[in-house]
Amino acid sequence: MLRVEDARLLTGRAPFIDDIEPAGTLHVAFVRSDMPHAKIRSLDISRAADHAGVSAVVTAEDLGDLCRPGPVLVPPPPIDGAIFNARTALPLAREVVRHQGEAVVAIVAESRYVAEDAAALVDLDLEPLDAVADLDRALDADAPLVHEDLGSNLAAHVRQTKGDYAAARAHADVVIGRTFRYDRGVSAAIENRGVIADWDGRDGRLTVWDTTQAPIPVRNALAALLGLPESCVRVVAPFIGGGFGPKIMFYAEELIIPWLSMRLGRPVKWIEDRYENFFATTQERGQTHESELALDAEGRILGVRDVFLHDTGAYDPYGLTVPINSQCTLLGPYRVPAYESEFRVAFTNKPVVTPVRGAGRQHGVFVMERLLDFGARELGLDPVEIRARNLLGPDEFPHDHEILYQDSAPLTYDSGNYRPSLEEAARRIGFAGFDGERAAAAAEGRCIGLGIVNYVEGTGIGPYEGARVTVEPGGTVSVVTGVGTQGQGHFTTFAQVVGAQIGVDPGKIRVVTGDTSEFHWGTGTFASRGAVVAGSALHAAALSVREKILQHASRALEVDPEDLVLEDGEARVRGAPDVRIGLGELASRANPLRGAVQPGTEPGLEAAAYFGPARGTTANGVHALVVEVDDETSDVTILRYVVVHDCGTVINPMIVEGQIHGGVALGIGNAFYEELLFDEFAGAGNASFMDYLLPTATDVPAIETAHLETPSPLNPLGTKGVGEAGAIPVAAAFAQAVEDALRENAPGLEIVDIPLSPGKLFALRNPADGGEDS
Amino acid sequence: MKPPPFDYVAPTDLDEALAALADAGEDARVLAGGQSLIPMLNFRLAAPVKLIDLNRVSELSGIERRPDGGLVLGAMTRHRQLERDATIAEYAPLLAEAAPWIAHAPIRTRGTIGGSIAHADPAAELPALLLLLGASVRVARAARDGEAPGRVERTLPLDDFCFGPFFTALEADEVITRIDIPPCGPLEGTAFEEFARRRGDYAIAGAASRMILDEDGTCLHAAVSLINAGPAPALVAGVEEPLVGRPPTEDRLAEAADVASAGCDPAPDMHGSEAYRRHLVRVLVLRTLARAARRAAAGRTPGIETEDG
Ligand SMILES: Cc1cc2nc3c(=O)[nH]c(=O)nc-3n(C[C@H](O)[C@H](O)[C@H](O)COP(=O)(O)OP(=O)(O)OC[C@H]3O[C@@H](n4cnc5c(N)ncnc54)[C@H](O)[C@@H]3O)c2cc1C
Repeated sequence: MLRVEDARLLTGRAPFIDDIEPAGTLHVAFVRSDMPHAKIRSLDISRAADHAGVSAVVTAEDLGDLCRPGPVLVPPPPIDGAIFNARTALPLAREVVRHQGEAVVAIVAESRYVAEDAAALVDLDLEPLDAVADLDRALDADAPLVHEDLGSNLAAHVRQTKGDYAAARAHADVVIGRTFRYDRGVSAAIENRGVIADWDGRDGRLTVWDTTQAPIPVRNALAALLGLPESCVRVVAPFIGGGFGPKIMFYAEELIIPWLSMRLGRPVKWIEDRYENFFATTQERGQTHESELALDAEGRILGVRDVFLHDTGAYDPYGLTVPINSQCTLLGPYRVPAYESEFRVAFTNKPVVTPVRGAGRQHGVFVMERLLDFGARELGLDPVEIRARNLLGPDEFPHDHEILYQDSAPLTYDSGNYRPSLEEAARRIGFAGFDGERAAAAAEGRCIGLGIVNYVEGTGIGPYEGARVTVEPGGTVSVVTGVGTQGQGHFTTFAQVVGAQIGVDPGKIRVVTGDTSEFHWGTGTFASRGAVVAGSALHAAALSVREKILQHASRALEVDPEDLVLEDGEARVRGAPDVRIGLGELASRANPLRGAVQPGTEPGLEAAAYFGPARGTTANGVHALVVEVDDETSDVTILRYVVVHDCGTVINPMIVEGQIHGGVALGIGNAFYEELLFDEFAGAGNASFMDYLLPTATDVPAIETAHLETPSPLNPLGTKGVGEAGAIPVAAAFAQAVEDALRENAPGLEIVDIPLSPGKLFALRNPADGGEDS
Repeated sequence: MKPPPFDYVAPTDLDEALAALADAGEDARVLAGGQSLIPMLNFRLAAPVKLIDLNRVSELSGIERRPDGGLVLGAMTRHRQLERDATIAEYAPLLAEAAPWIAHAPIRTRGTIGGSIAHADPAAELPALLLLLGASVRVARAARDGEAPGRVERTLPLDDFCFGPFFTALEADEVITRIDIPPCGPLEGTAFEEFARRRGDYAIAGAASRMILDEDGTCLHAAVSLINAGPAPALVAGVEEPLVGRPPTEDRLAEAADVASAGCDPAPDMHGSEAYRRHLVRVLVLRTLARAARRAAAGRTPGIETEDG
């Protein structure tokens, strides 16, 4: 079924944040640090304040009590012996700036133009401090300190183990040890962030429009910080041009803009521009892994040891989610009897790191899949064979990995059937005949290669979501949930889930998401949980409404509820479809103006319900691709791409495919195009779309997808999440394919660092004269 | 990313534009396609007090063929016109071949040949191509104090025009009015190729080659111009050595490519090391020289073939 929201989206009629502008709106520009690490020697705002058209110039001092470090949004899981040092940013920097783009001054003016003119008049005197730029040296004893008071740059240290790795290693026939570096960049949503606040002083209500993935937590935080009752704060997340994770945070701007509106008594608006987005919006960064894989002679995994460093940037407001995702996802769909995993998180003078689609999972998958590739080479196995030998079998679920996941629950896979995914992907990509295909291409002077890898995706975590379903007297069905929506197709999926229970065409169901005045229980859109958690809550609410409909219709039509069918917005008597009544009419009758209502009943055809899964559900899949490498320029072109995935019950295949396509595009960017480049002082030099290379339509191939369905036992719909599946394993598959393409021309080539680029591939192939990349 | 305040005028007459530019002094800029200037304003890398929009000055547009067979291109000729114009395809096929590689279609419909030369980005295609074709630049200004009233014009070979990155011979009160391209002969072949990360990006490296053969296939002239392989466009010295006076065999073409690779001056950047860039130059020079030689031999200078021939 087609997406019901697309007509509005494609014809420009869906409201996005910058479409909203209450009368009398003032505009904000921020003065941000252009240095990665500096002391604020002096700050003089007088010229800016005097500039014509400027209403206010605000510094940390003006914020008074509000100038406190922001919240830690996700508490670290209770892992024995774990160290976590929380350091979060002030809304506006005071004394020190710790990364490029940290806000120091907010300027409010008649227009954004005037605000930027005034920003240029702020005298901000920064004294550069030594910066932590190199992750590998961030924890050295002589490294400069990002947070002076902490005494080191250690943000966290976590160790989780399963079984006895040392013993496993001692029995191994082959031990593969490598160092891997995996960096990734910004989320690059097509729409940047924005906040508009409108304080109504007469009745003490604050309305905030915000490009957030989590409007309810933002409302709760604002109410607490601004001293308002939660019921007097309304946060609306309009249509959003992409979230990808960074829009889950609670940013300084989300506090300052409402505060300014309250202070000035005018609507206040801030729209992030692309340059700000490169520094002020959170992103993902690198990890360095020292990893070991112990195999027996048949290529069976005996154990894995992985010690890694994770760059959290200047602050760590999102706890340990990203590195724990890496730690847990590394295990993949495999049977790993012994696992020893230890990570340290380091503060650096780079923009703040929080989850971006994949959220660290891709780092873990890269390490494991690459180790298997090198192990296969050593043992003379092909890449499919070594993987097949290690997959968990269908009878091994639920499978407990004996470590804790990011949601603090044990890492337990709920269900899965992995082998068919691998076989289907191998079949579709043409693995069996590929040696011949590669040789034929080589005869024409072309280098082609194949890559095939597995991944799992932990999805659909708690705590919970809620939803309300209402049949209105006019016949409209309205569905409300608290999660925000950023293009995932929620309007369609949610309508389908509800429509299936009450017999209404999804196109006729009005879905409202992300408006706290409509629904104020829930957490938000993240970790591929919308369809699983909010979807299950909707399902439960729809079932309750279905019950009410059947009861009222049974009374109205004088038949047993079992004899009724719900279809086309009506309750009909089975076998006598002319005996029927519309849902709107039933809704009116359920809300009478006169007469007695039976005790114990509720008016209307309405129900709210909640769903909280005990733990997340684990989806899986396989990516396979064929690439061609230009032996002369070291450029890589993707010729074919196949994704076989299993996200349990598929509600809407087109939406699932859309999620996968978008994810693969993002993964291709990560593997071969995107890289935010920092110099040795932690300054980024390519913060524009001229130099930060997003893959474009010509760089992303057509993607063939196949769905397998192994339902999850953890929710009534049987679904698993799919939001990150496309992005997670691309780099691992890409690296394997490039090595395969160059097996004759560059034998022994090993790709252990991502992102790759033609320049880096050249350097790998010509270590003597290519190493001096800057 | 909002520009600082500026005044704006949009004259229809060239002399008016020249007068406005002269009056405004050093801090004024002319606005052509705006595809380089507007981003610079938005990043506040430039803050002219006045913009003089050339888009309505009809005298600056048009593509014409001179009686001697050469071409005259108005400074406001859009990249998209180079890509699509039949006269260009026939008499300056090198420009038609390269134009689709300049930026993206919407940018090409705005960006101009005059703007590209005046902006003098070392990664821009047009200055390097025009240099290879032996083009010259016509510039005009209003008479200065003490000069007789009227328009003052001069013509500079492209050689003497682009000096370094974003640095040209243009004076603050001068405007590029047109580009002159000398005629090309039969048995002349040109070819262009560049390497960029994504279609539409500025090239990491690019090369344009030109070769003239005699009836027997002996090379009479060979030249190579490089894109983004040095601070300013320049013809590569010495590529003709192994070629002129002999047939352009594979070995000799390779030798010429080695000369270009050794003689260029690429700076390492985020896309790759100096070694990688020299390597790309070698690859691209070899490919374009070979193609130019084939085209010259086929006597098919005018009109570019759809397939590599
Ligand atoms: C995303 C993107 C990608 C691009 N990729 C490429 C590419 O691959 N290759 C490439 O070559 N270019 C590329 N460009 C630049 C584009 O080609 C520009 O159009 C060109 O460089 C400048 O031409 P313009 O007409 O837009 O000049 P403007 O931006 O209007 O002006 C540029 C400068 O030239 C001056 N100027 C303009 N016309 C005249 C004149 N007649 N006389 C005197 N001074 C003048 C202006 O005052 C200004 O200083 C790209 C641009 C963008 C935005």
